Amino acid sequence: MHIQKILFLTAVLFSFGCRAAAQDTTGTDLLADLEKETAGKEAEATKYATATFKTTRLISGHSSENVAKGVMDVKIAHRFGTLNKGGYELFGLDNATMRMGIDYGITKYLMVGIGRSTYQKTYDAFFKIKLLRQSTGRRNMPISLSYVPTIALKTLKDANPEQNNYFTSRLYYTHQLIIARKFSDNLSLQLMPTFVHRNLVALASEPNDILAIGIGGRQKLTRRLSLNAEYYYLLPGSKLNGTTNSLSIGFDIETGGHVFQLHFTNSQGMNERTFISETTGKWEKGDILFGFNISRVFTIGKNR
Amino acid sequence: MKKLFLALVLLAGTLCTRAQKFYTKNGNISFNSKTNIENIAASSNQVTAIIVPATGDIQFSVLVNTFHFEKALMEEHFNETYMESSKYPKASFKGKIDDISKVNFTKDGAYAVTVTGDMTMHNVTKKTTTPGTVTIKAGKISATAQFIVKLADYKIDVPKVVRNNISETVTIKVACSFDQKM
Repeated sequence: MHIQKILFLTAVLFSFGCRAAAQDTTGTDLLADLEKETAGKEAEATKYATATFKTTRLISGHSSENVAKGVMDVKIAHRFGTLNKGGYELFGLDNATMRMGIDYGITKYLMVGIGRSTYQKTYDAFFKIKLLRQSTGRRNMPISLSYVPTIALKTLKDANPEQNNYFTSRLYYTHQLIIARKFSDNLSLQLMPTFVHRNLVALASEPNDILAIGIGGRQKLTRRLSLNAEYYYLLPGSKLNGTTNSLSIGFDIETGGHVFQLHFTNSQGMNERTFISETTGKWEKGDILFGFNISRVFTIGKNR
Repeated sequence: MKKLFLALVLLAGTLCTRAQKFYTKNGNISFNSKTNIENIAASSNQVTAIIVPATGDIQFSVLVNTFHFEKALMEEHFNETYMESSKYPKASFKGKIDDISKVNFTKDGAYAVTVTGDMTMHNVTKKTTTPGTVTIKAGKISATAQFIVKLADYKIDVPKVVRNNISETVTIKVACSFDQKM
């Protein structure tokens, strides 16, 4: 071997081996290079839509949100009297009905709640089960889907104590699906097909089963304030006498661990069966009630 | 003659490994906000970090939504109202170890260094200098640093009602083992 050959070979080696190094030091965005280098080698992550709504209630009814696992959410809701009562009753503020309740997240996908409303002295309990979660990426799902079965027990004394009253006559069942989509950071909409069953109705001509379709949504106005609306349309033929569709408009105000919801509605009740199937107020006649929900969360268990 | 050739090849090899890059995709960054009322802490184990021993270049990047908190609501607020992670998904640092010559990459030990570079989060980029430590152990490189960030510097505004719960400054800890070669 000639010494020139060896020197030539080494020179080639040097130039090959070190050219890459010289390039590396000049490139400032090493992370982008790394990204390129490792792209495709790792599975794409699934990105789930989060914070579709600020809290588990849109206004009177459920939103698509659950409380997180191990979190207890204490909810206190008020509905005052109608605005058209005038100044003598301070536009309804002299009268109030309320619901006190506690929600709890058992898992990421399952929450339970109990509550008691002064309206007809009603107890209610529900599950909320997340069936689908809106996501993009590896798993693509355009909507979130939840199922909310609710049972309510009216404990108001019987109207006719002399007749034979059954315990089951006090029970009401609601089944609700919530189909939600977060369209953007600010806009979320949901559809709520709902079925309400009552064991006892006032007149034989009234239906025991009521079908309604709800539509609702929120538009964020600032990072901590959103405008919400909720409407339940009773399907023809499934209406109790003298009832009308429920329409509510309100604001969510978020401050740390609290969410304040202030709203105007034509419904007095605060559990599904009352506001969906027993709303009697008419917006056009001024039967509008001012109300609020306060939510305060407490973390009891560990997150994840 | 053959020996000379081998020696030259080896020399070429070592010269070029010095320009190698080391990286990790599961580095750790944690932070802590401490007030009399509440401690807020979170951490992410999905930090991408890369170091070039030859030049002292060092860069970090993390997806803001990979930080996990003990309380779910804190995590939601962190992403929704403070860091706005859907608008500004990444936080990063791109800089250089100023005194890289102090570090002997072939000798085990902990080397105190100073890092200077641009830190970007919440769409604000700021020049930052911080002390850190580069540790060499059995040929493996790892780096740690701890520094304090003022929320106001990065336009992260805290509303009055929770001002007693959230500290104006947050302590950030970085710990990465550069276990992959590129």
